[in-house]
Amino acid sequence: MAKPSMLHTNGTRIPIDLSKHVIPRGEVYIIDDRCKECSLCVEFCPKDILEMSERYNKKGYKLPQMIDSRADECIACSFCEDICPELAIYVEEEVAV
Amino acid sequence: MTKPVLTGKHFLYGNHACAEGALAAGCTFFGGYPITPSSEIAERMARRLPEIGGIFLQMEDEIASITAILGASATGAKVMTATSGPGLSLMLEGIGLGIMEELPCVIVNVQRGGPSTGLPTLVGQQDMMQARWGSHGDYAIIAYSPFSPQECFDLMITAFNAAEKYRTPVIFLSDEVIGHMHERVDIPDKAEINSQLISRPMFNGNGAEYLPFLPNENLVPEFAPPGAGHAIRMTGLTHDDAGKTEVNSQRQEILVPRLKEKIERHVEDITLFEEFHVDDAETVVITYGITARCAKGVIGDLRKENIKIGMLRLISIWPFPDYLIKDLMTRVKNIIVPEINLGQIVREIQRCATDDVQITPINYAGGSLPGYEDLYTKIKEKCNDH
Amino acid sequence: MTTKAQTNGKKLKHPIDKYIRKDSYPNIWCPGCGIGIALQAFIKGVNIAEIEWNKVVVVSGIGCTGRVHMYLNTDCYHTTHGRPIPFAIGLKLMRPDLKVVVFSGDGDLFAIGGNHFIHAARRNMPIHVIAINNFNYGMTGGQGGPTTPTKAKSTTTPLGNYEHPFNIPSLAASCGATYVSRWTTMDIRRLKFSIAESLQKDGFTCVEVISPCPVSYGKTNQIGDVCDEMTYYMEAEELKPPNWFTYEASNPDDISLGLKTKIPVGKFVDIDKKNFFDMYQEIYSDHHTKGRASLPTKTMETEG
Repeated sequence: MAKPSMLHTNGTRIPIDLSKHVIPRGEVYIIDDRCKECSLCVEFCPKDILEMSERYNKKGYKLPQMIDSRADECIACSFCEDICPELAIYVEEEVAV
Repeated sequence: MTKPVLTGKHFLYGNHACAEGALAAGCTFFGGYPITPSSEIAERMARRLPEIGGIFLQMEDEIASITAILGASATGAKVMTATSGPGLSLMLEGIGLGIMEELPCVIVNVQRGGPSTGLPTLVGQQDMMQARWGSHGDYAIIAYSPFSPQECFDLMITAFNAAEKYRTPVIFLSDEVIGHMHERVDIPDKAEINSQLISRPMFNGNGAEYLPFLPNENLVPEFAPPGAGHAIRMTGLTHDDAGKTEVNSQRQEILVPRLKEKIERHVEDITLFEEFHVDDAETVVITYGITARCAKGVIGDLRKENIKIGMLRLISIWPFPDYLIKDLMTRVKNIIVPEINLGQIVREIQRCATDDVQITPINYAGGSLPGYEDLYTKIKEKCNDH
Repeated sequence: MTTKAQTNGKKLKHPIDKYIRKDSYPNIWCPGCGIGIALQAFIKGVNIAEIEWNKVVVVSGIGCTGRVHMYLNTDCYHTTHGRPIPFAIGLKLMRPDLKVVVFSGDGDLFAIGGNHFIHAARRNMPIHVIAINNFNYGMTGGQGGPTTPTKAKSTTTPLGNYEHPFNIPSLAASCGATYVSRWTTMDIRRLKFSIAESLQKDGFTCVEVISPCPVSYGKTNQIGDVCDEMTYYMEAEELKPPNWFTYEASNPDDISLGLKTKIPVGKFVDIDKKNFFDMYQEIYSDHHTKGRASLPTKTMETEG
């Protein structure tokens, strides 16, 4: 369920059926061995939920990861998935219970 | 005219006979570019192919022509193009692609005087070596040389068969005189021709298992068309049996010798020749194409003077039949090689010779046929010398 | 923190894994190269357009982009430099049922292959060109090419390019293409929908994809790393209205590209015109059957 803090409060109109909408939540997966540390996913995630980790893959490239404190804010937009040249990151939309 | 096979007796241009031979062999695509003296082949195909449900397309240049016919061949079709020397020079890279991707096609070269623009409307036999060595890299090729419009018809069927059987480009070395000569051409029944036609070996198994370049016992891979779920990979880069690029010397050592061996191992199967008074000959004229027509008359007349001379006419030129020439040279020590070039096939013959064999080239730079008097004098002189 | 997948041992499977040759990954392209982005957009575009993958045949030329044949899990033909278009034409003429796509780079398609491009567009041959434009010859080390912007540096224009580059959309449009668009690799959503649209056109289509080449072009021209370059794309893009390129009204120069200047993107041409087969059929209606798919060879059973 969308948290009030995520909504714009600068005068943007709020839909009256907002409570009926569920903002999707996503889980990001990294296929380690394909990543080449281009960092496009980290740079362009619209919700800034990714960061570079300290983990390396076999080729010595640093891998991205979801930021611990922001993991819940992934909205499964799949921008990271689409922008990755290596097919090394993908998103699965979590189904709300 | 709606039949691919025009059974019957005809009075045909060599170039038109060539086109009819291709249609009889099952050709369904011609992609080409006009060039004298081969344009009549394109023009005939432009008219005939749509009649039989095939496609003719004039491409924007010769490079597009050779590449388009390879693309069409990749679907399984029997394909050809026709050109002359300058066009063949442009097609050489494409021929290399056809060799690497093992795509059958027939390329007719109606030879003219060269080099460069040369003598566009006049005869030459100057691309014989180019057919073998023109493209870069190591490879072998099949090439034929007709000497009459009838042979233009028959030999095109042979050329298509060889292309399919060995999955290779085949070069058809005609020339301007043969191309423009009108002679009788007998075209047999369709059934008779069809019984001789060969198609490339086809893959019959499960889609997932298909390896586009896995050679069979003849060193030829089985073919599968696109659109059938095989996820075919074809590339001009050195590759493995699956078509996967593998750029290293180990893979090169496997692939490239196989491509060459694929042709050269079968030299006896491919070789075609004609012998004229060779049995008891002390001198043999080895020649091909239109020059053989000129030489034949001379030899006939020399025989009437009781000179023991014969002619070996090469019908297939490549792979060069070393075995045939070497065998001849065990019996005949005086060889004469007239060509309308400055010495090309003679070099192959010299390569086969032992020290006791005398080989005399008779060369013409191009533009006209060897004159009877000239050829007669030069050949007779060599018979007397010996 | 590791992703959940590592902690619960879930098997990782990218949504488009079945369309690529997984065993060939990681691919040969440099870190930050945009070709992989275009490839993913293409795969997703085919799926959006609901085209049967069995019928998708990709022909590529020589160069970094040409190497797609190593990664796509469909029929792929890799030709000589500059020649994917005539090869694609041969395939399409004999198998009009196939969806024939040419996936190649700026040098392959517009320098050595330029003649084939303009004639295929002229004929309105129904093949689909996806032109990855990274403004240089990447594979061979960063030489300049026909799309290198004026003043841009490359290994063969070390002091800056002294030529005008091609304006690919205007070239394609003026030669007769029926669908022409340009996007950057930042425009991933519009790109995949545009590719889907182009694949559904029954004529010659050209989708230009501006792509980063951080290791050669980007570095030589101090564009920064791929994140900098993609930020530049995002900021420099100017979306033109659909079907912008009508010959009477527009000036082709308005959509030209320069070094670090604005990047006009959009769907410039989307028209309907008789394609090659339509025109051929009009002349040869008695002789030739449109859409002929059978040939004198055996057709294989499709898998699955």
